[in-house]
Parts: sequence; structure tokens; C-alpha cells
Amino acid sequence: MTKQQVLDLYFLDARHKLIELAAFLDRVERADGKDDFRLEAFRSALTKLDGKKMNKAKNVLLAFSDPTSKPIAKATVKGACGAFIK
Amino acid sequence: MKYIEPHAHMVSRTTDDYAAMALAGCEAVCEPAFWAGFDRSAVEGFRDYFSQLTEHEPKRAAKFGIKHFCWLCINSKEAEDVKLAEEVIALIPKFLDRPNVLGIGEIGLNKNSQNELRVLEMQVDLAAKYNQLILVHTPHLEDKLKGTRLILDVLKSDKRIQPERVIIDHVEEHTVEMVLDAGMWAGMTLYPETKCTSARAVDILETYGSERIWMNSACDWGVSDPLAVPKTALEMKKRGHLEAAIEKVIFLNPKNFLEQSPNFKTG
Repeated sequence: MTKQQVLDLYFLDARHKLIELAAFLDRVERADGKDDFRLEAFRSALTKLDGKKMNKAKNVLLAFSDPTSKPIAKATVKGACGAFIK
Repeated sequence: MKYIEPHAHMVSRTTDDYAAMALAGCEAVCEPAFWAGFDRSAVEGFRDYFSQLTEHEPKRAAKFGIKHFCWLCINSKEAEDVKLAEEVIALIPKFLDRPNVLGIGEIGLNKNSQNELRVLEMQVDLAAKYNQLILVHTPHLEDKLKGTRLILDVLKSDKRIQPERVIIDHVEEHTVEMVLDAGMWAGMTLYPETKCTSARAVDILETYGSERIWMNSACDWGVSDPLAVPKTALEMKKRGHLEAAIEKVIFLNPKNFLEQSPNFKTG
């Protein structure tokens, strides 16, 4: 596809998602209480969107990922929360 | 357009879903054994589940003209109890000669624990001993990168395992390359909130090509869409992909991988 075709097909959808993301950040900023590791990871991931470098989706996923390599001693929960606790 | 749904947990879906999939062109559905949403208390729960997958579910699917195949294992979410896992693994060979069984799956890791890794190794050994195909579940969200690396290490260190007989499922942008580089197949799971959206799945195809890769809905009892594969075919069409390219990803690729099992046959 040409850039024009990509924009025609996906611009409004991406714009909608960007505004949702901005509204989420406003919502969390005006809420009482402290930030946690998820918001820290989220802010770190946001920096991967800037500029014209490729692989933005990959770099955002990496920003949320556990970078360690050894298995943990025991699984105490079943689920994942979306961000690694440093 | 006809397609194969290579990963769906139909025991959790309604007959309406079967009807919709049939109308959308689904020829065959493949159902890996998975976590029921709760831990089973004894090996007999798995005996019943494997009977459901090999006896009951194929009959349900046949009512809609869809062929049903399955994979057997104990899921990594139940792998902390190694004694139970050993009992389930000992049970599996009794079901391997059932006509709709494709192999061992979906094995893998969930939280990347030592016991999960041990049970993964035991099930890889089982697959090797019985010359079975392997379908691997990779962990969720923040655990996926590390888990995929650990899984690849286990598979590559067992010299009996032929990479072209292994599918590593739930790949995303940060894991697809390492799977394909290892010579294994990659599965993209199309979920509304986690894993891949249709648009991202097509991005991955456009970036990494369409060799040794398939798409699945992995529809189950959670937020998921049993029509995710045909909807992604539509996404490809919207971007101008030719019909032959779409058919390769949604029908021929899964067919070519799955036909490595003598049990897999489509019309």
C-alpha cells in the first residue's frame, strides 16, 4: 500500500486510539493515590512512539517485557498484569 | 473462502459459534487441550476432558460439516503440581491412537517457573518418544519474551525434535523473528484486547512474509472471537492482498503443517 492508502484506511482509527490513550493519562493523573510500576512502564513505552524509527510496536512490547532470563522459583499467580515489576 | 481454524477451544463455545464458523467457510477446527479456568483436582478430570476432545466434540462439529481435531497435554497453568502433571502425562499415550489426535499441545510456559519448565521438558520428551507434532503456548503479556526464549532453549536442546514439526503459538512483533529463525512455525493469535489484532497480524505478514506462519482465533471462555480468522482475511483483502496470498495463510499453511500428522485430513 502507498502511504496515502494506509492513511485513508487507518488514520481515523489511529486518531481515535491516540485520543483514548490521552484521555486515559488524564484520568489517571486526576485520580488520587500513587503511581505504580504499570504507569512507569507505560510512560517508558510512550517514548518508543516518537520519531520515524521503525519497529515501534516491537519496542513498545519490549518496554513492557520481563528482561530477565532465569525461571522463577514458583508461580504464585496464574495471570499477567501487562508490565514487568522491576 | 475456505479456511482452517488451527487453534480454538470449542468445548467453551456454543453451537451458534459452530454455525457462524461453518457459514464463514471453516473446513476444520483444531482444539488444543487447555486450562479449564480452574485447576482440576485429579487425573480423572483430565481423562474425562480427553474423552470429550476425542469423542464428543468431533460429533458436535460434524453436525455443522466441520472436521474436528485435537491436541493433548496438561497446560502450563496446572504445571506447578508436578505429581498431578506426571499422572496426566502417563495417561496421554492411552489417547494418542484416537483418530482426531494431532499431537502434544498446547504445552509451554505461563509464569516461567521452574516447575512449568520441568513439565514442559517432560511433555517434549513425550512428544519425541511417540513421534508427535508439538503445539506450544507462549506466555501472556510481560512474560512472553522471556518465556519464548526459555521454550526455544528447551526445544533446541533436544536433538530429537525437528523444528519443522513444532508450532510456537501466540507470537507478536517481539517474538516472531526468533521463532522463525529457529526453523519452527509461528502462530499469531487474533484477540480483541491482548495478543494480535487483525491489523497487526497483517503487518507481521507484510514484514516477515508468509512462510511457516498461520493465524488463529484461540477462542475460548474469555474475550475472544471465533470469526477472527475470516475477519483478518478481510483485512488482508482491504489492503489489496491477492486471493492466493490469503488462501496460503488461512488454509494452505495450516494444512501443510498439520498434514505432518497422518490423522489430519481435509476434504
